[in-house]
Amino acid sequence: MITLLIIATVTVVSAGVALLLRNLIHSALLLIGNWVGVAAFYLWAGAEFVAFAQVLVYVGAVSMIVLFAVLLTSRSPADMALAPHTRSRVLAAVVTSGAVLGVLLGAVISTPLPGTNITVPSVTVRDLGNQLGGPHAGAVLVVGVILTVALIGAVVIASTGRDDGKPDAP
Amino acid sequence: MSLSADLLWLIPALPLIAAVVGACAPRGAFKLAAAAAIAALTGALLLSCGALATALAAPAAKLASNFTWFDLGHGAVRLGWLIDPLTALMCVMVTFVGLLIFVFSTGYMRDDARAKQFFCFLSLFAAAMLGVIVANSLLLLFVCWELVGLASYLLIGFWFQKPEAAAAAKKAFVTTRIGDLGLLLGLLWLQDSAGTLLLYDGGKGLLEPAVLAGLGGSTAIGLLLFCGAVGKSGQFPLHVWLPDAMEGPTPVSALIHAATMVAAGVFLMARVFPLLTPDALTVIAFTGAVTALIGALIACAQNDLKRILAFSTVSQLGYMMLAIGVGSWVAAIFHLLTHAFFKALLFLGAGSVIHAAHHEQDIRQLGGLRGPMRVTFATFAIGMMALAGVPFLFSGFWSKEAILHATHAWGVSQLPLYTGLAAVVLTAFYMTRLVAETFLGAPRSEPAAHAHESPAVMTVPLALLAACAILLSLLAWPSPWLQLLLDPSAAANDHADGVGLMALSIALVALGLGAGWAMYGRKPREKSMSADPLAARAPRVFAFLAARMKFDELYAATFGRAAYALAVFADALDRHGWDGAVRLLARLGRFTGLVNREADEDGLNAGFDATSESLRKTGRAYSRAQTGDAHGYLLMIAFGFVVLVFAVLFGGAR
Amino acid sequence: MSLSPLQLCLLFSSALFCVGLFGALARSNTILVLLGIELMLNAANLNFIAFWRFGGAHAPASGVLFAIFSIAVAAAEAAVGLALVIAIYRHQKNIRLQDASRLKG
Repeated sequence: MITLLIIATVTVVSAGVALLLRNLIHSALLLIGNWVGVAAFYLWAGAEFVAFAQVLVYVGAVSMIVLFAVLLTSRSPADMALAPHTRSRVLAAVVTSGAVLGVLLGAVISTPLPGTNITVPSVTVRDLGNQLGGPHAGAVLVVGVILTVALIGAVVIASTGRDDGKPDAP
Repeated sequence: MSLSADLLWLIPALPLIAAVVGACAPRGAFKLAAAAAIAALTGALLLSCGALATALAAPAAKLASNFTWFDLGHGAVRLGWLIDPLTALMCVMVTFVGLLIFVFSTGYMRDDARAKQFFCFLSLFAAAMLGVIVANSLLLLFVCWELVGLASYLLIGFWFQKPEAAAAAKKAFVTTRIGDLGLLLGLLWLQDSAGTLLLYDGGKGLLEPAVLAGLGGSTAIGLLLFCGAVGKSGQFPLHVWLPDAMEGPTPVSALIHAATMVAAGVFLMARVFPLLTPDALTVIAFTGAVTALIGALIACAQNDLKRILAFSTVSQLGYMMLAIGVGSWVAAIFHLLTHAFFKALLFLGAGSVIHAAHHEQDIRQLGGLRGPMRVTFATFAIGMMALAGVPFLFSGFWSKEAILHATHAWGVSQLPLYTGLAAVVLTAFYMTRLVAETFLGAPRSEPAAHAHESPAVMTVPLALLAACAILLSLLAWPSPWLQLLLDPSAAANDHADGVGLMALSIALVALGLGAGWAMYGRKPREKSMSADPLAARAPRVFAFLAARMKFDELYAATFGRAAYALAVFADALDRHGWDGAVRLLARLGRFTGLVNREADEDGLNAGFDATSESLRKTGRAYSRAQTGDAHGYLLMIAFGFVVLVFAVLFGGAR
Repeated sequence: MSLSPLQLCLLFSSALFCVGLFGALARSNTILVLLGIELMLNAANLNFIAFWRFGGAHAPASGVLFAIFSIAVAAAEAAVGLALVIAIYRHQKNIRLQDASRLKG
């Protein structure tokens, strides 16, 4: 339980600080810490495979894309975190997210949920493989298509669109 | 004091923590990072001494502590730590030499702006190497092995502003990666045929008789594992990265050449020695012999202080591999230990010279440093005599003797013995040349003339290493203590016909020293431009050797060109083959589209026009709601969620 | 009042969700808005795992499978989203989200 509290504190605080910082690189690095924290939670809950996936996808891949995006767009004027003309928007954000938080907390605390004496579900990688390859094979295929389309789409969106027809210098 | 195997992970963990501290420290916190690195390595040294005590108490026991990393459904991936005399000795050596190098670095790197990162990387390097040593699983060993590669990349390229340093780092990384691929394949093969990568596992480990007996295809596995060692330890086909690695700061060169990186390959071979079949050992022996000779030959014709030492490392590593190949892995480890001390001594001495001479490292520009740099000269001379194998007093003599005796006793061929003996002469020769050119005569350039002794933080490690370079003789003489400790079964047949061979090698050392003295020492070079005596006598050979036997050019002309040709071929295939097919498909699609349009224009459009006009009106009305403000949309969604919840709660919808 | 582990997990994910929501609403930098949305997705994944671990009767691997698919889709979303950021940057020389309103009605 203490472990969970530590993980939760670290994760939420790093996320919060990341979204308040002005330096985007620092934000991205803190968010990597946040993702590691989430992976630690998965490990704590016994879902090792999801933790691996989390580390691979977020810490490994998404963080790189984020850093690339930050570096490629770094010439933009400094992003004023709490500049005066955005004060009303920040206020609206605080109010709205606070309201959502209140609703969620109220719902979680007031709902009768199962107690602590739950048997720990054990899922080995082999079970997962059987599930993914058997009953969920269709879903795996669909996810594969989505990822392919997303990849091609990302390339198309981000490409310059200027093809001068000249071959690349070998 | 003793250390149980369960706590062995602390040894690599301490430097790792220091690396994290160094990474997190603020930019200018050089003192903090250095203190953390040194403190961590001191702790690791103490723990290693504990491990050594444990190992000495029960030399034959393989104390392993294994644990499950994760479960794969059937079978699990297990890792572990191992204490045996080999591990313990290597740990003590790495931490001790590493500690002295760290202390030396505090003096050498003081003025560097990025000294903090330097200590962070150094700690990472030491942690990775210690991980390689204490691992009881080849998988864990491989992970740490790659970390060693990463750390060496970072350190060799530490001065990445210099194009040569960046290129050298890249070269070291890519070249060792070629070997690592072989190692990885070997590990996969081993896992497939043995079902485990643990070395010792209560009778079920790789190196225990039950599994060893059932292992098929072992020659190929051994050779694949050897590929990894060829890359890391700079053996003959892949030795090209090692001399370039001296582009990094000198303490890094000392660490790479003495304690960590190149030692990893020899250590791996000694570790998996039971897996190697006689055929594999023959290949290893000849590779080692060729490497020893080539390294020594090229070292004779280099003019860069550190480059000479680098090629001598290549040559000495060849000796170690030769010892493993002829079946005496104990001799290899003995030479690895002694070499670690005197090569660290030589590199740090070179660092002291370079530091004093304002980064002048061309020996033609140096000279006359004996007077102003007494401590450096004395310790460097001890290191030089240990490397050259000057008899009886110096540890290098005993370890080299052990290797030569083992080679002599090898039944397959005597050829490696002759190459080894030839390399003995060359080693004595080029070390004499190095010392004579650097320290004797008169200063031949401005920086050399104004050189002064380095501060105590640099000379004290030198003195300690020099003492060790002598004292390590005790490992072999008067009693073959190391042999008895590591492999008592092989101790009986050693030193059978020792005296004759020993006399011969002493004579050869004397020959090499004499030749070097006659050419370089008797009449030191007058001006930096005057010709090298060797070059004057055999200019073409000298030029060939000075160009490092043209290995780099050879690789560029073969592998580099082949890769380029492959790329050109793929490019042409892409451009003319696939592109044509795709274009054809596109034409087909366009043709179908044209046919369809003709039909649409006449038949369908008129009806649709009316419909679309009314759709457009509706769309215009809706588009007023689209403000284009993404924040607003998100705000609305969140706000709507809250409203909905309240509606459900208080509106009685439940 | 004592909270069960499941409730703690849910509180954790709620907090993470709201931090992400705040970030997405308050920051004008498109990259940070996207990262806020990633945080919200992560919070949802946390819920999957929390209910799988503590939720009582269930198919043995359902929560884990949901989380894996969700991570895959989130990866696709991140790739496309950040490609869009780059496209926006190329178009309007900054990445302020409120400036990217050319398609408004």
